[in-house]
Amino acid sequence: MPEAQTSPNYQIDDPSEELLIRRVRDGEPEAFYELIRPYQRRVYAAAFAITRNEADAEDIAQETMLKAFRNIRQFRAESRFSTWLIQIAVNEARMRNRQTRANMMEPIVEHQDAEGNYIPRDFADWREIPSETLERKEIREKLAEALTSLGDIYRDVFVLRDMQHLSIEETAKALGISTASVKTRLLRARLMLRDLLAPGLGGAWSTRLQFAKGTKPW
Amino acid sequence: MVVNCDQVWREISNYLEGDIDPNLRAAMETHFEECKRCRAVMEGTRNVVELYGDERMIDVPLGFEHRLERRLEESMYPTRRSFMGWMVTAAAALLVTGSYELARSSVLRGKLRSEHAQSAAGIPPDMMVIVSDEGKLFHASGCPFIHDKAHLRTVVAREAIKEGYTPCVRCMKKYLKADLDEWVHKRPTRA
Repeated sequence: MPEAQTSPNYQIDDPSEELLIRRVRDGEPEAFYELIRPYQRRVYAAAFAITRNEADAEDIAQETMLKAFRNIRQFRAESRFSTWLIQIAVNEARMRNRQTRANMMEPIVEHQDAEGNYIPRDFADWREIPSETLERKEIREKLAEALTSLGDIYRDVFVLRDMQHLSIEETAKALGISTASVKTRLLRARLMLRDLLAPGLGGAWSTRLQFAKGTKPW
Repeated sequence: MVVNCDQVWREISNYLEGDIDPNLRAAMETHFEECKRCRAVMEGTRNVVELYGDERMIDVPLGFEHRLERRLEESMYPTRRSFMGWMVTAAAALLVTGSYELARSSVLRGKLRSEHAQSAAGIPPDMMVIVSDEGKLFHASGCPFIHDKAHLRTVVAREAIKEGYTPCVRCMKKYLKADLDEWVHKRPTRA
Protein backbone atom coordinates (compact mmCIF):
# COMPACT_ATOMS: atom_id res chain seq x y z
CA MET A 1 0.00 0.00 0.00
CA PRO A 2 1.52 3.35 -0.91
CA GLU A 3 2.55 5.27 2.15
CA ALA A 4 2.22 8.78 0.80
CA GLN A 5 -1.27 8.46 -0.53
CA THR A 6 -2.78 9.60 2.70
CA SER A 7 -0.89 11.62 5.23
CA PRO A 8 -1.69 11.73 8.93
CA ASN A 9 -1.12 15.49 8.83
CA TYR A 10 -3.51 16.13 6.01
CA GLN A 11 -6.07 18.71 7.01
CA ILE A 12 -9.48 18.99 5.49
CA ASP A 13 -10.63 22.57 5.65
CA ASP A 14 -13.41 23.17 8.09
CA PRO A 15 -16.82 23.70 6.44
CA SER A 16 -17.43 26.60 8.81
CA GLU A 17 -14.71 28.47 6.95
CA GLU A 18 -17.23 29.66 4.45
CA LEU A 19 -19.19 31.31 7.21
CA LEU A 20 -16.06 32.92 8.64
CA ILE A 21 -15.08 34.24 5.23
CA ARG A 22 -18.55 35.70 4.82
CA ARG A 23 -18.33 37.36 8.22
CA VAL A 24 -15.01 38.98 7.32
CA ARG A 25 -16.42 40.17 4.01
CA ASP A 26 -19.46 41.56 5.79
CA GLY A 27 -17.31 43.80 7.91
CA GLU A 28 -16.39 41.67 10.89
CA PRO A 29 -12.59 41.63 10.80
CA GLU A 30 -12.34 39.79 14.12
CA ALA A 31 -13.52 36.64 12.35
CA PHE A 32 -10.32 36.70 10.31
CA TYR A 33 -8.26 35.60 13.31
CA GLU A 34 -10.34 32.49 13.68
CA LEU A 35 -10.24 31.89 9.96
CA ILE A 36 -6.45 31.85 9.67
CA ARG A 37 -5.58 30.29 13.02
CA PRO A 38 -5.42 26.70 11.71
CA TYR A 39 -3.03 27.73 8.94
CA GLN A 40 -0.60 30.09 10.64
CA ARG A 41 2.03 27.42 11.17
CA ARG A 42 1.64 26.02 7.69
CA VAL A 43 2.07 29.40 6.08
CA TYR A 44 5.20 30.00 8.14
CA ALA A 45 6.49 26.53 7.30
CA ALA A 46 6.01 27.09 3.59
CA ALA A 47 7.82 30.41 3.75
CA PHE A 48 10.65 28.97 5.82
CA ALA A 49 11.07 25.95 3.55
CA ILE A 50 11.62 28.28 0.63
CA THR A 51 13.63 31.06 2.25
CA ARG A 52 15.27 29.10 5.08
CA ASN A 53 15.43 32.27 7.09
CA GLU A 54 13.35 32.67 10.22
CA ALA A 55 12.99 36.44 10.05
CA ASP A 56 12.07 36.38 6.37
CA ALA A 57 9.64 33.52 6.90
CA GLU A 58 7.88 35.33 9.72
CA ASP A 59 7.66 38.53 7.73
CA ILE A 60 6.34 36.63 4.74
CA ALA A 61 3.77 34.86 6.90
CA GLN A 62 2.56 38.22 8.18
CA GLU A 63 2.48 39.72 4.69
CA THR A 64 0.58 36.70 3.46
CA MET A 65 -2.12 37.08 6.07
CA LEU A 66 -2.37 40.82 5.46
CA LYS A 67 -2.76 40.26 1.74
CA ALA A 68 -5.35 37.59 2.37
CA PHE A 69 -7.28 39.97 4.60
CA ARG A 70 -7.15 42.84 2.14
CA ASN A 71 -8.09 40.64 -0.80
CA ILE A 72 -10.58 38.35 0.88
CA ARG A 73 -13.23 39.43 -1.61
CA GLN A 74 -11.09 38.08 -4.42
CA PHE A 75 -10.96 34.61 -2.92
CA ARG A 76 -12.89 32.18 -5.04
CA ALA A 77 -14.41 29.17 -3.40
CA GLU A 78 -13.27 26.82 -6.14
CA SER A 79 -9.98 26.43 -4.28
CA ARG A 80 -9.51 25.74 -0.61
CA PHE A 81 -8.81 28.74 1.55
CA SER A 82 -5.65 27.07 2.87
CA THR A 83 -4.42 26.53 -0.69
CA TRP A 84 -5.02 30.15 -1.46
CA LEU A 85 -3.01 31.18 1.59
CA ILE A 86 -0.15 28.85 0.75
CA GLN A 87 -0.13 30.12 -2.79
CA ILE A 88 0.23 33.70 -1.59
CA ALA A 89 2.99 32.66 0.81
CA VAL A 90 4.91 30.79 -1.87
CA ASN A 91 4.72 33.73 -4.24
CA GLU A 92 5.91 36.07 -1.52
CA ALA A 93 8.75 33.75 -0.59
CA ARG A 94 9.89 33.29 -4.16
CA MET A 95 9.84 37.02 -4.68
CA ARG A 96 11.86 37.49 -1.49
CA ASN A 97 14.39 34.96 -2.67
CA ARG A 98 14.75 36.71 -5.99
CA GLN A 99 15.28 40.01 -4.27
CA THR A 100 17.68 39.02 -1.55
CA ARG A 101 19.22 35.69 -2.26
CA ALA A 102 19.43 35.51 -6.01
CA ASN A 103 23.12 34.77 -6.02
CA MET A 104 23.35 32.80 -2.83
CA MET A 105 21.58 29.66 -3.95
CA GLU A 106 23.88 26.90 -5.00
CA PRO A 107 22.83 25.74 -8.45
CA ILE A 108 21.56 22.20 -8.55
CA VAL A 109 23.69 19.69 -10.43
CA GLU A 110 21.38 17.00 -11.57
CA HIS A 111 22.47 13.52 -12.25
CA GLN A 112 20.49 12.43 -15.23
CA ASP A 113 20.74 10.18 -18.21
CA ALA A 114 20.48 11.10 -21.88
CA GLU A 115 16.70 11.08 -21.75
CA GLY A 116 16.59 13.39 -18.79
CA ASN A 117 15.67 10.77 -16.21
CA TYR A 118 17.10 11.16 -12.77
CA ILE A 119 19.30 8.26 -11.76
CA PRO A 120 19.71 7.50 -8.06
CA ARG A 121 23.33 7.54 -6.95
CA ASP A 122 23.08 6.13 -3.52
CA PHE A 123 21.50 2.83 -2.62
CA ALA A 124 21.99 2.87 1.10
CA ASP A 125 19.39 0.83 2.88
CA TRP A 126 17.10 3.17 4.77
CA ARG A 127 14.11 1.24 5.90
CA GLU A 128 13.12 2.70 9.20
CA ILE A 129 12.58 6.18 10.58
CA PRO A 130 13.38 6.19 14.30
CA SER A 131 10.59 7.88 16.19
CA GLU A 132 12.90 10.48 17.69
CA THR A 133 14.26 11.55 14.31
CA LEU A 134 12.47 14.85 14.09
CA GLU A 135 12.92 15.57 17.77
CA ARG A 136 16.56 16.23 17.07
CA LYS A 137 17.25 19.73 15.94
CA GLU A 138 20.38 18.80 14.03
CA ILE A 139 18.36 16.34 11.97
CA ARG A 140 15.78 18.97 11.16
CA GLU A 141 18.58 21.29 10.13
CA LYS A 142 20.03 18.63 7.86
CA LEU A 143 16.66 18.14 6.26
CA ALA A 144 16.27 21.88 5.75
CA GLU A 145 19.78 22.09 4.35
CA ALA A 146 19.08 19.31 1.89
CA LEU A 147 15.89 21.01 0.79
CA THR A 148 17.72 24.27 0.20
CA SER A 149 20.21 22.56 -2.06
CA LEU A 150 17.47 21.66 -4.51
CA GLY A 151 16.78 23.95 -7.41
CA ASP A 152 13.86 26.32 -6.96
CA ILE A 153 11.56 24.53 -9.36
CA TYR A 154 11.97 21.20 -7.58
CA ARG A 155 11.87 22.62 -4.10
CA ASP A 156 8.69 24.61 -4.68
CA VAL A 157 6.81 21.58 -5.97
CA PHE A 158 8.08 19.43 -3.11
CA VAL A 159 7.14 22.03 -0.50
CA LEU A 160 3.60 22.36 -1.79
CA ARG A 161 2.91 18.70 -2.37
CA ASP A 162 4.85 16.89 0.34
CA MET A 163 5.10 19.49 3.08
CA GLN A 164 1.88 21.42 2.58
CA HIS A 165 -0.07 18.43 1.33
CA LEU A 166 -1.62 20.18 -1.61
CA SER A 167 -2.89 17.84 -4.29
CA ILE A 168 -1.02 17.49 -7.58
CA GLU A 169 -3.68 19.64 -9.23
CA GLU A 170 -3.56 22.30 -6.52
CA THR A 171 0.23 22.39 -6.72
CA ALA A 172 0.06 22.80 -10.48
CA LYS A 173 -2.44 25.60 -10.15
CA ALA A 174 -0.49 27.36 -7.41
CA LEU A 175 2.70 27.33 -9.46
CA GLY A 176 1.10 27.88 -12.82
CA ILE A 177 2.50 24.70 -14.35
CA SER A 178 1.00 21.50 -15.74
CA THR A 179 0.27 18.47 -13.60
CA ALA A 180 2.76 16.54 -15.73
CA SER A 181 5.47 19.02 -14.78
CA VAL A 182 4.49 18.71 -11.14
CA LYS A 183 4.88 14.94 -11.29
CA THR A 184 8.23 15.12 -13.05
CA ARG A 185 9.63 17.68 -10.65
CA LEU A 186 8.24 15.89 -7.66
CA LEU A 187 9.92 12.67 -8.69
CA ARG A 188 13.26 14.38 -9.04
CA ALA A 189 12.91 16.31 -5.82
CA ARG A 190 12.12 13.17 -3.87
CA LEU A 191 14.92 11.15 -5.42
CA MET A 192 17.46 13.91 -4.93
CA LEU A 193 16.48 14.32 -1.31
CA ARG A 194 16.71 10.60 -0.78
CA ASP A 195 20.19 10.57 -2.27
CA LEU A 196 21.17 13.39 0.06
CA LEU A 197 19.68 11.93 3.18
CA ALA A 198 19.82 8.16 2.93
CA PRO A 199 23.53 7.80 3.73
CA GLY A 200 23.16 9.75 6.96
CA LEU A 201 19.65 8.94 8.05
CA GLY A 202 19.95 5.34 6.99
CA GLY A 203 22.31 4.54 9.81
CA ALA A 204 25.05 7.03 10.50
CA TRP A 205 23.07 8.85 13.17
CA SER A 206 26.04 9.87 15.23
CA THR A 207 28.18 11.03 12.34
CA ARG A 208 27.87 14.01 10.09
CA LEU A 209 25.95 13.53 6.90
CA GLN A 210 28.06 13.27 3.79
CA PHE A 211 26.56 16.29 2.12
CA ALA A 212 27.20 18.36 5.18
CA LYS A 213 30.89 18.14 4.35
CA GLY A 214 30.22 19.65 0.96
CA THR A 215 30.26 16.37 -0.89
CA LYS A 216 27.11 15.87 -2.83
CA PRO A 217 26.38 12.25 -3.65
CA TRP A 218 25.37 12.87 -7.23
CA MET B 1 4.45 -7.46 -17.03
CA VAL B 2 8.12 -7.11 -16.14
CA VAL B 3 9.84 -3.82 -15.34
CA ASN B 4 13.52 -2.94 -15.12
CA CYS B 5 15.28 -0.58 -12.68
CA ASP B 6 15.04 2.44 -14.98
CA GLN B 7 11.28 2.04 -15.28
CA VAL B 8 10.96 1.61 -11.54
CA TRP B 9 12.86 4.83 -10.85
CA ARG B 10 10.71 6.74 -13.32
CA GLU B 11 7.53 5.55 -11.68
CA ILE B 12 8.56 5.45 -8.05
CA SER B 13 6.97 8.78 -7.22
CA ASN B 14 3.69 7.84 -8.87
CA TYR B 15 3.85 4.54 -7.04
CA LEU B 16 4.04 6.36 -3.73
CA GLU B 17 1.23 8.67 -4.83
CA GLY B 18 -0.96 5.67 -5.63
CA ASP B 19 -1.29 7.18 -9.08
CA ILE B 20 -0.35 4.15 -11.10
CA ASP B 21 -1.83 1.40 -13.24
CA PRO B 22 -2.57 -1.72 -11.15
CA ASN B 23 -0.59 -3.96 -13.50
CA LEU B 24 2.44 -1.70 -13.27
CA ARG B 25 2.08 -1.61 -9.52
CA ALA B 26 2.10 -5.38 -9.32
CA ALA B 27 5.14 -5.54 -11.59
CA MET B 28 6.99 -3.01 -9.47
CA GLU B 29 6.21 -4.87 -6.27
CA THR B 30 7.57 -8.02 -7.80
CA HIS B 31 10.67 -6.09 -8.80
CA PHE B 32 11.14 -4.76 -5.28
CA GLU B 33 11.18 -8.29 -3.93
CA GLU B 34 13.99 -9.17 -6.25
CA CYS B 35 16.00 -5.93 -6.46
CA LYS B 36 17.55 -4.75 -3.24
CA ARG B 37 18.72 -1.45 -4.72
CA CYS B 38 15.31 -0.47 -6.04
CA ARG B 39 13.74 -1.46 -2.75
CA ALA B 40 16.22 0.77 -0.97
CA VAL B 41 15.35 3.66 -3.30
CA MET B 42 11.62 3.15 -2.79
CA GLU B 43 11.86 2.90 0.98
CA GLY B 44 14.19 5.87 1.22
CA THR B 45 11.93 7.98 -0.97
CA ARG B 46 8.95 7.00 1.12
CA ASN B 47 10.88 8.03 4.24
CA VAL B 48 11.66 11.42 2.67
CA VAL B 49 7.98 12.01 2.02
CA GLU B 50 7.07 10.98 5.56
CA LEU B 51 9.76 13.06 7.24
CA TYR B 52 9.14 16.28 5.34
CA GLY B 53 5.40 15.83 5.66
CA ASP B 54 5.62 15.79 9.43
CA GLU B 55 4.54 19.08 10.99
CA ARG B 56 7.42 18.83 13.48
CA MET B 57 9.77 19.41 10.59
CA ILE B 58 9.66 23.19 10.97
CA ASP B 59 9.50 24.99 14.30
CA VAL B 60 7.53 28.16 14.57
CA PRO B 61 9.48 30.82 16.49
CA LEU B 62 8.36 31.69 19.99
CA GLY B 63 5.80 34.50 19.97
CA PHE B 64 5.06 34.09 16.28
CA GLU B 65 1.29 33.94 16.69
CA HIS B 66 1.24 36.97 18.98
CA ARG B 67 3.31 39.09 16.62
CA LEU B 68 1.16 38.04 13.71
CA GLU B 69 -2.04 39.02 15.46
CA ARG B 70 -0.55 42.33 16.52
CA ARG B 71 0.43 43.17 12.96
CA LEU B 72 -2.99 42.18 11.70
CA GLU B 73 -4.58 44.39 14.31
CA GLU B 74 -2.49 47.34 13.18
CA SER B 75 -3.73 46.81 9.67
CA MET B 76 -7.35 46.09 10.52
CA TYR B 77 -7.87 49.02 12.86
CA PRO B 78 -5.67 51.83 11.58
CA THR B 79 -8.19 54.50 12.61
CA ARG B 80 -8.64 53.02 16.04
CA ARG B 81 -4.92 52.86 16.51
CA SER B 82 -4.35 56.37 15.22
CA PHE B 83 -7.16 57.67 17.41
CA MET B 84 -5.75 55.82 20.36
CA GLY B 85 -2.32 57.11 19.47
CA TRP B 86 -3.68 60.63 19.28
CA MET B 87 -5.39 60.19 22.62
CA VAL B 88 -2.23 58.90 24.21
CA THR B 89 -0.23 61.77 22.76
CA ALA B 90 -2.79 64.32 23.90
CA ALA B 91 -2.93 62.77 27.36
CA ALA B 92 0.84 62.81 27.58
CA ALA B 93 0.94 66.44 26.49
CA LEU B 94 -1.67 67.36 29.04
CA LEU B 95 0.19 65.48 31.70
CA VAL B 96 3.45 67.22 30.88
CA THR B 97 1.81 70.64 30.65
CA GLY B 98 -0.21 70.05 33.78
CA SER B 99 2.82 68.86 35.69
CA TYR B 100 4.76 71.86 34.55
CA GLU B 101 2.00 74.25 35.47
CA LEU B 102 1.48 72.56 38.79
CA ALA B 103 5.16 72.68 39.54
CA ARG B 104 5.42 76.24 38.40
CA SER B 105 2.41 77.37 40.35
CA SER B 106 3.39 75.56 43.49
CA VAL B 107 6.94 76.82 43.37
CA LEU B 108 6.39 80.37 42.24
CA ARG B 109 3.04 81.40 43.58
CA GLY B 110 1.15 78.37 44.78
CA LYS B 111 -2.18 77.11 43.59
CA LEU B 112 -4.77 79.55 44.77
CA ARG B 113 -7.07 78.09 47.40
CA SER B 114 -9.71 80.67 46.71
CA GLU B 115 -11.23 81.33 43.31
CA HIS B 116 -12.19 84.79 44.40
CA ALA B 117 -8.89 85.93 45.76
CA GLN B 118 -7.85 89.44 45.10
CA SER B 119 -4.34 90.20 44.06
CA ALA B 120 -2.17 92.05 46.45
CA ALA B 121 1.09 93.89 46.38
CA GLY B 122 3.74 95.04 48.79
CA ILE B 123 3.26 92.38 51.38
CA PRO B 124 6.58 91.94 53.22
CA PRO B 125 7.67 88.40 52.38
CA ASP B 126 8.99 87.74 55.86
CA MET B 127 5.93 89.02 57.64
CA MET B 128 4.55 86.42 59.99
CA VAL B 129 0.98 85.48 59.09
CA ILE B 130 -1.57 82.98 60.33
CA VAL B 131 -3.05 80.21 58.18
CA SER B 132 -5.35 77.32 58.92
CA ASP B 133 -5.06 73.94 57.25
CA GLU B 134 -8.54 74.01 55.79
CA GLY B 135 -8.64 77.73 55.14
CA LYS B 136 -7.96 79.79 52.03
CA LEU B 137 -6.64 82.99 53.50
CA PHE B 138 -3.71 84.18 55.52
CA HIS B 139 -4.24 86.68 58.24
CA ALA B 140 -2.38 89.09 60.36
CA SER B 141 -2.06 88.06 63.94
CA GLY B 142 -5.23 88.87 65.92
CA CYS B 143 -7.51 89.08 62.85
CA PRO B 144 -11.09 88.32 63.99
CA PHE B 145 -11.80 86.44 60.80
CA ILE B 146 -9.47 83.61 61.56
CA HIS B 147 -11.45 80.36 61.50
CA ASP B 148 -10.64 76.84 62.56
CA LYS B 149 -8.50 78.02 65.40
CA ALA B 150 -7.62 74.47 66.35
CA HIS B 151 -5.46 74.00 63.24
CA LEU B 152 -3.57 77.20 62.88
CA ARG B 153 -0.03 77.59 61.78
CA THR B 154 2.22 80.60 61.75
CA VAL B 155 4.26 80.97 58.59
CA VAL B 156 6.00 83.74 56.73
CA ALA B 157 3.90 85.46 54.05
CA ARG B 158 6.18 84.13 51.29
CA GLU B 159 5.43 80.52 52.30
CA ALA B 160 1.72 81.24 52.69
CA ILE B 161 1.55 82.61 49.15
CA LYS B 162 3.54 79.63 47.88
CA GLU B 163 1.01 77.31 49.46
CA GLY B 164 -1.85 79.10 47.73
CA TYR B 165 -3.17 81.20 50.55
CA THR B 166 -4.45 84.62 49.66
CA PRO B 167 -4.57 87.74 51.86
CA CYS B 168 -7.54 88.28 54.06
CA VAL B 169 -9.57 91.12 52.59
CA ARG B 170 -9.99 92.59 56.02
CA CYS B 171 -6.79 92.37 57.97
CA MET B 172 -4.65 92.56 54.84
CA LYS B 173 -6.80 95.18 53.19
CA LYS B 174 -4.02 97.66 52.84
CA TYR B 175 -2.05 95.29 50.62
CA LEU B 176 -4.86 94.47 48.25
CA LYS B 177 -4.13 95.74 44.81
CA ALA B 178 -7.38 97.65 44.35
CA ASP B 179 -6.72 99.53 47.49
CA LEU B 180 -3.14 100.01 46.54
CA ASP B 181 -4.10 101.48 43.19
CA GLU B 182 -6.50 103.76 44.86
CA TRP B 183 -3.84 104.61 47.36
CA VAL B 184 -1.31 105.28 44.63
CA HIS B 185 -3.72 107.52 42.81
CA LYS B 186 -4.49 109.41 45.89
CA ARG B 187 -0.92 109.78 46.97
CA PRO B 188 1.20 109.76 43.80
CA THR B 189 4.17 111.30 45.54
CA ARG B 190 4.54 108.15 47.59
CA ALA B 191 5.46 106.21 44.41
